[in-house]
Amino acid sequence: MNAVWPHLPAWQVVIPLLGAALVAFLRHSGAAFAVALAVSWLMPLIAGAMLWQVLATGPISYHLGSWPPPWGIEYRVDVLSGFVLVLVSAVGAVVMPFARRSVAFEVEDGQQAWFYCMYLLCLTGLLGIVITGDAFNAFVFLEVSSLSTYVLVALGRDRRALLAAFQYLILGTIGATFYIIGVGLLYLLTGSLNMVDIAARLGPEWADHSRAIVAALAFITVGVSLKLALFPLHAWLPNAYAYAPSWVTVFLSATATKVAIYLLVRYYFSIFGVAIEFRDLPETEIILVLSVAAMFVASLIAVFQTDLKRMLAYSSVAQIGYITLGIGLANQAGLTGGLVHIVNHALMKAALFLAVGAIFFRVRSVRLPDLAGIGRRMPVTMTAFTIGCLGLVGTPGTSGFISKWYLALGAFDKGWWVLVFLIVGSSLIALVYVGRVLEVVWLREPSAAIADASDPPLSMLLPLVVLAAATIYFGFDTGWTAGIADIAARDLLGGLR
Amino acid sequence: MMASLSTEGLVAAAVLTPFVGALLIPLFRSSPNLRETVTLVTAGTLCLVTFSLLGPVLDGARPELQILRIVPGLDLAFKVEPLGMLFALVAASLWVVNSIYSIGYMRANDEPRQTTFYVCFAIALGSTIGIAFARNLFTLFLCYEALTLSTYPLVTHKRNEEAVRAGRLYLLLLIGTSLLLLLPAIIATWAIAGTLDFTPGGILAGKAGAPVIAVLLVLYVFGIGKAAVMPLHFWLPAAMVAPTPVSALLHAVAVVKAGVFTVVKVAVFVFGVDNLAALGQSAWLTAVAGTTVIVASIVALRQDNLKRRLAYSTVSQLSYVVLGVAILAPISLTGAAMHIAAHAFSKITLFFAAGSIYTAAHLSEVSQLDGIGRRMPWTMAAFTIGALGMIGIPPTAGFLGKWFILTGAMQTANWLAVSVIVASTLLNAGYFLPIVFRAFFRESPDDGHGHGPKSGEAPWPMVLALTATAAGSMFLFFFPGIPYALATLMMGR
Repeated sequence: MNAVWPHLPAWQVVIPLLGAALVAFLRHSGAAFAVALAVSWLMPLIAGAMLWQVLATGPISYHLGSWPPPWGIEYRVDVLSGFVLVLVSAVGAVVMPFARRSVAFEVEDGQQAWFYCMYLLCLTGLLGIVITGDAFNAFVFLEVSSLSTYVLVALGRDRRALLAAFQYLILGTIGATFYIIGVGLLYLLTGSLNMVDIAARLGPEWADHSRAIVAALAFITVGVSLKLALFPLHAWLPNAYAYAPSWVTVFLSATATKVAIYLLVRYYFSIFGVAIEFRDLPETEIILVLSVAAMFVASLIAVFQTDLKRMLAYSSVAQIGYITLGIGLANQAGLTGGLVHIVNHALMKAALFLAVGAIFFRVRSVRLPDLAGIGRRMPVTMTAFTIGCLGLVGTPGTSGFISKWYLALGAFDKGWWVLVFLIVGSSLIALVYVGRVLEVVWLREPSAAIADASDPPLSMLLPLVVLAAATIYFGFDTGWTAGIADIAARDLLGGLR
Repeated sequence: MMASLSTEGLVAAAVLTPFVGALLIPLFRSSPNLRETVTLVTAGTLCLVTFSLLGPVLDGARPELQILRIVPGLDLAFKVEPLGMLFALVAASLWVVNSIYSIGYMRANDEPRQTTFYVCFAIALGSTIGIAFARNLFTLFLCYEALTLSTYPLVTHKRNEEAVRAGRLYLLLLIGTSLLLLLPAIIATWAIAGTLDFTPGGILAGKAGAPVIAVLLVLYVFGIGKAAVMPLHFWLPAAMVAPTPVSALLHAVAVVKAGVFTVVKVAVFVFGVDNLAALGQSAWLTAVAGTTVIVASIVALRQDNLKRRLAYSTVSQLSYVVLGVAILAPISLTGAAMHIAAHAFSKITLFFAAGSIYTAAHLSEVSQLDGIGRRMPWTMAAFTIGALGMIGIPPTAGFLGKWFILTGAMQTANWLAVSVIVASTLLNAGYFLPIVFRAFFRESPDDGHGHGPKSGEAPWPMVLALTATAAGSMFLFFFPGIPYALATLMMGR
């Protein structure tokens, strides 16, 4: 056991990396899928074990190659990172079985093995960003995940996928550059790259808002915001989501943006927040304003989409606004709401994109006019889809309500009445865009185009049903979502000046 | 077996029975007779279970059932108190009658998608019982939204352009008001009072000043869109596009009563009546409710479509309950609670009659009803009793509720309320009596229509149902013991 237990943090990243290499050698789509599935199912076990340990005994600090920090790279798992690790790996594990048929259907034969290779690299990068305690190492993992994502998006059959991937590449690279400039500034200021060490070295003597530190904060904010698609830096997202293979959209929507949000939270609360009173900075206000703008503008754009994937993509931009709103509120209830929405939104959006993937698998189209009456042809799929939609609106009894409850309480605690109304008001727009779709899929007469559509095979249906059930389950039992988010928020806010 | 169940078990059984029914109904979709049996058995069981709770509640028991704590402040919990008991009794007993009626109506009109219809109906009733027995605002809100969502497929049952459009309005107005106004009010209540549990005397009493209370009351009154206070009433006439059993039980009883029930509940157990009176909240609420009563009546006068006329009458009658609350006298609140029961029996009778006219004679407009009374004597007799109940003439239960509300208005010298009640009584007579007159005292037109005067009443289950509810509304006048006891117990005295 000794070779395994103390080295869990390393295994979390090394296993998918080795898996990617293995797949690259195998080059057989079936074998590649098997490896990807095995790795995906192993990951949540490792992440879960670490989170359990963190909750029992406090943060884990793992020194890579036994080099002590701040010289060596430290992997650090606290409640927040354990929480996000479990989310990312669990979503990967649940949705992986869906990939086999969906990818076989949408990706050319010769490229399927590479698809799984890229997925494993992407998983490596995402898990790495969350687990590392080193600012530069996070940049490396950010690039690992981003580069593999560009490939995954470009594998879409639609030729526009190439353009979408290119657009994403350009903006993603700009984001990474901004991020690394910010890290460089921090390094100049403190001479350290270890996050805990940077925070310690910044210390209270920087409390007078040194320009350099604010500049570093600004660069990192913009860089990471590009990655997490904070309005109006979201331009890459709708195209990337719409033209990527269905399964890629599922995976990205549930994990990639969430990990970027994690990084933002990490910098704000564990590094800058320790050194300066960042809640007084204009950056925080800007985040709040942009979040609200995202909630409204992106939702309104979603109302006018006819392509289901694009509609859900814009909805993602809006929902990310809720999460960043919680970060901007930066009080106990608000931050809990933001953090819990990372999980809740990941689960419901994954369910929705899975349903869309299932529709495409059967109908070869996800355009709304083609889907009239499909509820009667694919009842299980569309019921799960409907549950996801209710989650987006934030109906009580779904996990979405829990997020909004906390966010609204956070706004109320600050005395911002208007914000409470904005939060619930934007839900109303969500009702409009999902209502539009539900009306067409359930109430219209089925068209000839979908005459022989039916629910997809079990391997695709099961992940969908599990995620839809989770959307309802976490609307009632919130111990694993809001409970842990609450602890994480307390930790983060407790460290602030 | 019932006797061996604890009262807590009975509460659980009451809330769960309709949902179990909803799960079972689709299993029998291939055999309509079995499927309808399931509905009837479910409705019967629910009725039995609710009535077996009545004894303990009258004896002062308040059975509770805590299911789970979702997060601090959000408890899923039920507690049976007299007002909820009254509402649940009304809904459960009328569901039995309505199910009999539905079977006749749906079959005679050859309606499609009947399985979905019965499933949604059962879920809607389960949500209604959940609202009636909710222990706190969150549980109530959860069931309130579930009720909206489960009735949406019923409103859009016909699936034609008109139904879809009506459904859109229905969903937007009901979910919209509940998300935009009611939810913030609940959040604010939790933030101010630190609890969402319904407590006699009110959880907000002494916790906030007049301006905050006024704002919250506005949010609640208009946020509870199901109470159809003007100008947020449009969803109700639109919902009339649904099959008549839906209009009868849901849009004359369950859904709309859930709305005014929530208003009463919030006034008594969240704000506290004395608190509201002390802070001078009576006047504007009286004005809002009074305006709705009068304006809706005037609009009803002008409707030729029978169901729409009934819908506007419902809008007007619902605001009687709000008016009973606005007067803020204990006796008027008793009247408001009584009116919930009385109006339910009368209005469901009227809708049953409208549906039976539509089924037997394919008529839907008031102007077509000349002489219909001679052809359908049972239906129109029941209609007349229902109409008397609306106007508030003895021997119908409608008289009692109105009497108590009027007494309360006199006691508190609320002359605006008094004049609203008097004026609306005249208006009610103005739009109901002409129908009765047409039906019985005018010659039926000889239009050579396939359904000549010879084709008589609607199918017997429908006639049975409407006779039963008409009799019920008279029964409640002569034996108002149970509703009266519950309505007076409600104030916690």
